[in-house]
Amino acid sequence: MPIVRFRLNGVELEIDADPDRSLLSILRGQLGLTGPHFGCGAGECGACNVIVGDRAVSACDMPLWSVADKDVMTIEGLGTSERPHPLQRAFIAEQALQCGYCVSGILMSAAALLKRNPSPTSREVKEALDRNLCRCGSHNRMLRAVLRAAEEMAAG
Amino acid sequence: MNQQAPSLSPPTLPVSLAANPKLSAWLKFSSNGQVAISPGKVEIGQGIVTALAQIAADELDIDLARVQMVRASTAGSPNEGVTSGSLSIQQSGRALRHACAEVRRIFLEQAAERLGVDVDALEIEDGTISGPGNIRTSYWELAEEVSLDRDATPGVTPKIATRRTLAGNSVPRIDIPDKVFARPRFIHDQVLAGMLHGRVLRPENAGAKLVELREDDARSVAGFVAIVRDGSFAGVVAETEHGAEAALNALRKGAKWSDGEPLPDESDLANFPKAQPCESSVISKKTAASPGTVARTIRQQYTRPYIAHASIAPSCAIAQWSGNRLQIWTHSQGVYLLRTDLAMVLKLPVENITVEHIEGAGCYGHNAADDVALDAALLAKAAGGRPVRVQWSRQGEMSDAPFGAAMAIEIEAELDAQDEIIGWRHDIWSNGHVARPGRAAQPALLAGFELENPFPRMVSTNPPQANGGGGDRNSIPLYDFPSWHIESHRLTTMPIRVSALRTLGGQGNVFAIESMLDEIAVERGEDPVAFRLRHLRDERAKDVIRAVAARVGWKPEKQPGIGYGIGFGRYKNTGAYCAAIAEIEGAQDIRVNKLTLAVDVGEAINPDGVINQVEGGAIQSTSWALKERVRFDRQRITSTAWTEYPILRFSEVPDVEVELIQRSDMDPVGAGEAAHGPVTAAIANAVFDALGVRVRDLPITRDRLIAAMELT
Repeated sequence: MPIVRFRLNGVELEIDADPDRSLLSILRGQLGLTGPHFGCGAGECGACNVIVGDRAVSACDMPLWSVADKDVMTIEGLGTSERPHPLQRAFIAEQALQCGYCVSGILMSAAALLKRNPSPTSREVKEALDRNLCRCGSHNRMLRAVLRAAEEMAAG
Repeated sequence: MNQQAPSLSPPTLPVSLAANPKLSAWLKFSSNGQVAISPGKVEIGQGIVTALAQIAADELDIDLARVQMVRASTAGSPNEGVTSGSLSIQQSGRALRHACAEVRRIFLEQAAERLGVDVDALEIEDGTISGPGNIRTSYWELAEEVSLDRDATPGVTPKIATRRTLAGNSVPRIDIPDKVFARPRFIHDQVLAGMLHGRVLRPENAGAKLVELREDDARSVAGFVAIVRDGSFAGVVAETEHGAEAALNALRKGAKWSDGEPLPDESDLANFPKAQPCESSVISKKTAASPGTVARTIRQQYTRPYIAHASIAPSCAIAQWSGNRLQIWTHSQGVYLLRTDLAMVLKLPVENITVEHIEGAGCYGHNAADDVALDAALLAKAAGGRPVRVQWSRQGEMSDAPFGAAMAIEIEAELDAQDEIIGWRHDIWSNGHVARPGRAAQPALLAGFELENPFPRMVSTNPPQANGGGGDRNSIPLYDFPSWHIESHRLTTMPIRVSALRTLGGQGNVFAIESMLDEIAVERGEDPVAFRLRHLRDERAKDVIRAVAARVGWKPEKQPGIGYGIGFGRYKNTGAYCAAIAEIEGAQDIRVNKLTLAVDVGEAINPDGVINQVEGGAIQSTSWALKERVRFDRQRITSTAWTEYPILRFSEVPDVEVELIQRSDMDPVGAGEAAHGPVTAAIANAVFDALGVRVRDLPITRDRLIAAMELT
């Protein structure tokens, strides 16, 4: 099988797998990363969102070959409890979830947004998260959390 | 605890504690200065483990950080049935509060004896028991001398509200950091040593039977382990998840199915239930002391469609056999109930099966969690003792899991010459709302219906009114009408599989009652808030309505294209009070701009947790009210993807404001289902306010608005 090379959370990787397989299947399967969640397998819910380059994309319908030589970041690369990303701090501060299954994808969409637009309006946050589904109805808390993180980042 | 209703009868144990009286089943002191708290209720995204930890820490006088919450397991947890019906705080919370209060007293008595002082001279701070002259010991020092293998006794008095330091405060949820840092907390993310992956093949057409299965292509997939087939149940096991998917695809191509069984006409949900055989029962009847003279009658019909659970995660389970013993990991709402059904299908004594809970995605009722556990058990039989993880597809989750039942509701109001309500008739046609596992002489698990020797398909039933009712939930008016007749017609056929979904019939019934009330208020030219207040006697009910009305400055000034509506309900007529006011906008596509709610759940253990639940309920019910409807043709469910079953998105979500009326001296009740009925009704009434059109068939889509306008 052809080798696909890409950077995952800053680390160079070589993957020996069918390049038509989904990125999510590789991440959760042979790479053992359980942060990106399977939700629909059709790019319709955002639970598996990761950042490729500077955009949040669904890993479930993205073929492995399409990330060749690119930077891929998963929730595992966003932050840890010791070194949390401001978004993670803000989601805890706002208690911005109920079940939390959608949260890793939502954090990645929000992180991509804040990278290209560090001070988004409420409307811009909603637009950026519009392809992420949340079934528990925690949207408003998540919205507040993203705005809070943006403020915190702006304050340095 | 309920100071409103002093009881003269002898004290009794809280219901969950009476069923599981052994104190050691609920809590244990471990040697490392921790306390293991073991409720029978499970975390399903509602924050229950945090609220229960707060209750326990409060009664024991220990820091919250010392509390370790144990996941429910049939290996030792108290059997608290199912985590549903907004009862976890009521049942588990009260049991834990009582058990911990009793344990505290037992330890104080032991400490008094050891230290040679009066119990009254001792106090406890973070588990350290101290008294005069610097004498001290602790729970952990005494733990070896005190056996908790004894039954709880009635008559223990937990702390009064003012002495609690944690309950009543918005403590951060203990599960949130794991979820934000994506530590593997969900069952989907568990990786066990040697774990295999399984997938199950199911037909597109409802009730189709597997008539032919070619296996060769599936067997040649890399990492293939086994095919399991028993009648129309078929599945694959593979070394990897990717392999299992590939083998399933191959298997699907080699499968031939029979035609299946016809489904009802989706466009005729008002008449379909009435044409089915049903079992009718009078739910409540009230006769006026002096009947008035009926001047006119208003009769309206309301419908709500089948609604999908539509959790963000497809259901998942892991099963492992060891000889004739089975271990199951599941996100089921009831580990003991699932075990009962598994034992029935697998023909095993229940003692051979251990069912342990691990969190799944948000759960809003009886979804496919239990089904997939049986799937995993059946597939794991072919795994040679290795654990098998089975996950459903999105399509399966949206078509094979039970739905919330469709309902047709007819209300007839009799008015006297002054247009006062003097008679009220409420009829419900619906399938029963519950077909849960573990409660019947037959299993409720999907694969059980598919085996070579199948169990009969379960037809859903309704819990009795004493437990809140099912299709009839919230159908008895909370208003002081002088007479009424409430009747439920439960279908005895079930062409579309249904079971418990949040509020059971509550959302439909509150929508119907509150729509009709609004209609009558408008006819009378009376303000709908004043009209409701005039017909209520319960001050807590009036308080939520007054609070929400005050908060929006009822009634806001009329603006073109914008409407305001109110809805009220008390969940199950015995639980949380909730009033909602919706502000909507739009002419063809309705947008809910804002929802304002007031709720009273008695003692709110974790106020922010309650508000989070109510906000979530409000947003989910907005989604139900505006968008959701399971679609089907005469052969199969067609809304099997998010594109065909849209739910509310970020750009469509209203602002939500929740006012919580804290009543620390009243028994706590659950919050997760309080908002659905009132919010649905408030939206429908706001649509009328804006457009002058009554939509009585949910969801309120553009098509429904046009249809309703044509009738106006």
